[in-house]
Amino acid sequence: MSPVLFELLIRSIWETVLMTGASGIISLVFGLPLGLALVATDRGGIAESLWVNRILGAIINGFRSVPFIILLVALIPVTRLIVGTSIGTWAAIVPLSIAATPYYARIAEVSLREVDHGLIEAARAMGGNRWTIIREVLVPEALPGIVAGFTVTLVTLVGASAMAGAIGAGGLGDLAIRYGYQRFETSVMVAVVVVLIVLVCGIQWIGDRLVARLDHRD
Amino acid sequence: MGAWLSEVGGPLSSGPPSHLSGTETEMNQHVTAEIGDPVAVEPAGSQDVVRLVDLKRRFGATAALDGVSLTVKKGEILGIIGRSGAGKSTLIRCLNGLERPDSGAVFIEGREIGRLGERELQPLRRRIGMVFQHFNLLSAKTVEENVALPLKIEGRPRAERTARAAELLQLVGLSEKAKAYPASLSGGQKQRVGIARALAARPALLLSDEATSALDPETTRSILALLKDINSRLGLTILLITHEMEVIRSIADRVAVIDAGRIVEEGAVWQVFADPKSEITRSLLGGIRPQLPPEIASRLAKGEGAEIILRIDVAGEAARRPLLSELSADVPGTFRLVHGGIDHVQQQPVGTLFVAVPGADAAHLARVTTFLKDRHARVEVLGHVAGPV
Repeated sequence: MSPVLFELLIRSIWETVLMTGASGIISLVFGLPLGLALVATDRGGIAESLWVNRILGAIINGFRSVPFIILLVALIPVTRLIVGTSIGTWAAIVPLSIAATPYYARIAEVSLREVDHGLIEAARAMGGNRWTIIREVLVPEALPGIVAGFTVTLVTLVGASAMAGAIGAGGLGDLAIRYGYQRFETSVMVAVVVVLIVLVCGIQWIGDRLVARLDHRD
Repeated sequence: MGAWLSEVGGPLSSGPPSHLSGTETEMNQHVTAEIGDPVAVEPAGSQDVVRLVDLKRRFGATAALDGVSLTVKKGEILGIIGRSGAGKSTLIRCLNGLERPDSGAVFIEGREIGRLGERELQPLRRRIGMVFQHFNLLSAKTVEENVALPLKIEGRPRAERTARAAELLQLVGLSEKAKAYPASLSGGQKQRVGIARALAARPALLLSDEATSALDPETTRSILALLKDINSRLGLTILLITHEMEVIRSIADRVAVIDAGRIVEEGAVWQVFADPKSEITRSLLGGIRPQLPPEIASRLAKGEGAEIILRIDVAGEAARRPLLSELSADVPGTFRLVHGGIDHVQQQPVGTLFVAVPGADAAHLARVTTFLKDRHARVEVLGHVAGPV
């Protein structure tokens, strides 16, 4: 591999890490509260409101059913509004975040729903309000699942970011298609695949370690 | 009426005559120790921590509570017993507003809580500790953090929380487990943590929702002993629900029997044990009150027989008399103890004896039963048996 291609590889790694990391954090910041809202407003939840629950659920399902490549193009006006441009790595973070947020919200919802109802009842019996229940019970008790779900989301984002090449975002997937596939640079293809494997394994490993440290359940 | 048991000897002498008479009121004295803040303002003369008036709650077609009225006095342990589905859980959950009754009123320390909104209920719930069947400890928090949680909810500073948690863990004998996570504890230890947590905010009332039902018999005894100890040392009022009479017998002062959403019987534990009025109470008592062994019961016949089997129930004063020796002095004949004994409930003797008397003579039997009834024993003729049993 030529020094030029190597430099390109390094830059692509950084672009992928940036896209994955930034949209991952944004999906965590928005997805976790959304997941909480889904659990809280559901039947028997701490802020039961079935209308809100249905509307939220419908919006999340709507975003989740649009294929990412369509979302990428359809969101161009939104991206331009937020980032100022519709092309490049930063521009790709907008559709990636918007796709990952509802995805992560559903994953967080599953973990939060699994928290034993008896624990919520115990907190209520102690005189806790909703915020107490969220802060002291729901989130800490679901934390292993929340972290494991975040790991899954990050890995999914690594894959999704490959498609962001379509709007000139760069990244490893883009490199593999343009150089490895279209220009028959097998060494680039192999290098990209190896880097992606290492990246995904690394994310998964860190996630698993974190979950093991956080999990104090039986 | 003296100690007739010791004179009869045999298996009955295992229950020594009690030196105590009168009901156990020591518990009710105000032993205000480190736990138990001065109780909030109450209407003058009211010592009722809880008063329930005609509570009703339906779930669909079934009435979980069908007109329950009940009071819990300050410092007492009231046990509510019933089969599963009798309405116990609904009842206890009405006391801290986790459940809203359809009608009726709940007074906690003289204050009606039915009209209170969720936000107003929160400070009130801090006056009521609750212990759960499945402990409900937070797995992500250490033992110490679990115990301190009610104080954190109250907004107390960290130093105070830690000190209080240490104090309570010492009380329940788990000081060395402060930094452990609940998953590493045994069931009994988890429940001790649950009790410590329930006491953290210095409640005026402790609710126990089947606290020992998930524990083995030995652990159950130690948890019950702890609750009794807390009640007598701290003067804390306890309301517990259970489906086990053994729990009631071990620690309760008074018992209320609930069935199909109604209180069917209520009274001092020893009195209810001695003279259960309702069928459901008798059935719940079945396991721990003496019964005629089935091999004898199956031989009972209505007509003639060599011997008649009597069931004699005695309690309190009647059980302290030398009843059998008085009987044999007054009425000639042999009296044979077949089964039964004297138990002590709340330091009161409560006994059931199955006695065989010669069965040929109706007049003789009448003398026997009259003699016993005159001495406040309840007598029931169970039937004849052909030969010695």
